[in-house]
Amino acid sequence: MTEASPFLSGAPEVGEAPPASTVLARFRADRLAVTSAAVLAITLLACFLGPLIYHTDQVHTDLSTARLSPRAGHPLGTDDLGYDTLGRLLAGGRTSLVIGVLAGLIATAIGAVWGALAGYVGGWADTVLMRVVDTGVAIPALFLLLVAATLVTPSVAVLALLIGAVSWLVPARLMRAETVTLRERDYVRAIAAIGAGRLRVVFRHIIPNAIGTLLVNTTFQIAHAILLVSYVSFLGLGVPAPTTDWGAMLSKGLTFAYDGAWWLILPPGLAIVLVVCAVNFVGDGLRDAFAVRGRR
Amino acid sequence: MSRYIARRLALAVMVVLLVTVVTFVLLHLLPGGPARGVLGLKATAEQIAAFNAEQGLDQPLPVQYWRYLSRLLTGDLGRSYSLNSEVGALLMERLPKTLLLTASSTLLAVAVALPLGVLQAVRRGNALDHLATGLAFALYATPVFFLSLILIIVFAQLVPLFPAQAAQGDDLAALLSQPGSLVLPVLAGAGATVAALSRFMRSAVLDNLTEDYVRTARAKGTPEREILWRHVWPNSLTSVVAMLGYYIPGIFGGSLVVESMFNYPGVGLLFWTSARNADFPVLLGVVLVVGVAVVVGALLADLAQLLLDPRVRIPARRARAGATR
Repeated sequence: MTEASPFLSGAPEVGEAPPASTVLARFRADRLAVTSAAVLAITLLACFLGPLIYHTDQVHTDLSTARLSPRAGHPLGTDDLGYDTLGRLLAGGRTSLVIGVLAGLIATAIGAVWGALAGYVGGWADTVLMRVVDTGVAIPALFLLLVAATLVTPSVAVLALLIGAVSWLVPARLMRAETVTLRERDYVRAIAAIGAGRLRVVFRHIIPNAIGTLLVNTTFQIAHAILLVSYVSFLGLGVPAPTTDWGAMLSKGLTFAYDGAWWLILPPGLAIVLVVCAVNFVGDGLRDAFAVRGRR
Repeated sequence: MSRYIARRLALAVMVVLLVTVVTFVLLHLLPGGPARGVLGLKATAEQIAAFNAEQGLDQPLPVQYWRYLSRLLTGDLGRSYSLNSEVGALLMERLPKTLLLTASSTLLAVAVALPLGVLQAVRRGNALDHLATGLAFALYATPVFFLSLILIIVFAQLVPLFPAQAAQGDDLAALLSQPGSLVLPVLAGAGATVAALSRFMRSAVLDNLTEDYVRTARAKGTPEREILWRHVWPNSLTSVVAMLGYYIPGIFGGSLVVESMFNYPGVGLLFWTSARNADFPVLLGVVLVVGVAVVVGALLADLAQLLLDPRVRIPARRARAGATR
């Protein structure tokens, strides 16, 4: 599991963000990152536009076509309720990806503001804010998510919010470290000296100057969130049926997989591995392109 | 050094207290509040009101928190409503089994990942390095349940070497009496940690190999083997030990999944079944105990680093170490 990212080390190197053209050129030179970006683009197209071409019924069950092995008409077979597995893979991918991306963005946004305030204001506020982060880190996200999932019925939006709400701790630490360095920069001191309020400095000057770090971190957060949502769904507390996602598909296919129905578990399982790997590689490529630290 | 330890201890105590605040707040977030937590989901509004008055739940929150904390200190974690047992007793029975699982997985991960990381760094760019790197990235992206499933299908069904279920029983001895049944859960628990730790060790060794002290040793004619194992290895090890503290929450999170996959009778399985039964006293008890275990684990990792790495004890270094936490 990817809890607090183990790849953080020390204070990040803070530099002026390189111009966009440089970042793009460096990223394009990274073959693995470009391939991964292409894989992600294809996955997104398949999940969001694929169902327009490949029509399957993912709402009504049909027991007459239940548990068919892969064959013409059902290239990846069908599940125990007669849903076409390929169609379900695309529909489930949509849920997993939407929740993952939303949760990653939410987590980074909360973490950025929290860490920047702690780092910029300093003193007691810093101590209190960062001890809250330590506490959050001490309770594994999955445990909190399962408690929350028993209190509310998770929809796509609720699950994205919940996952975002338990995974902002790493970006908060990262942003605080970045802010502590940025705070001492002449331009930040000058702005504060001419009377800009703390919030203005944080939102208009500190956070925009850490955008490279934040962008890189967002990709890792998305990978983390895609895994987390698969865990919650796999454990049976994800979005309710007939909506599905890759984790829920694996959970449903489990019993039949032991009887040899490999087509119910390999496609969603490999989809998760492939997408999470690709997102991580894109993140690595972006980090090198922006020349920021964050993970190695 | 003693000041550093005192500071670090104070920090740990503070975080443990904050964890109790979290469980206290969660308890009050329940529809119906803590009364619901004790009387169960079917209690009527009148019963809840009577219970609140009797238990002092109409008192101000700080007073209530103080009482909650005092109860915790006496080991009273409440009562499970689905298992008809004290939460404390349930945890006492299951925690050792989870610690056995997590400790074995972590030890295995360390034993595999550290030498692998060194080997990869030394032979960087060769086939082994590429293979291990590819595997590490794939493992890191593989959900624990998927890895468990593959292990079960391959090593319990296709090639029936090990049982697909952990041994059942009341105590550790029952589990240990069938060590074969521990193999797959331990492997599944170790997977992601091996991936992350080997990557980290590889880059730590690569960083250290470019340090001045290595250049000096080479200039003095020290054999490469000795440079690696006498100088680079201990220096890389200290940073990895410090990282281990960060992994502990992930290892516990992973054990929740591993236990539910292998029907392993530990805290994770207890938590999962309780989540499906909305058994709040158990859920919050587990959150509390796991939170404390993580804080203690991180504390131990930091103290181990202190023992291993003299640089942490030097004041200038201490300030920097403090700033990154």
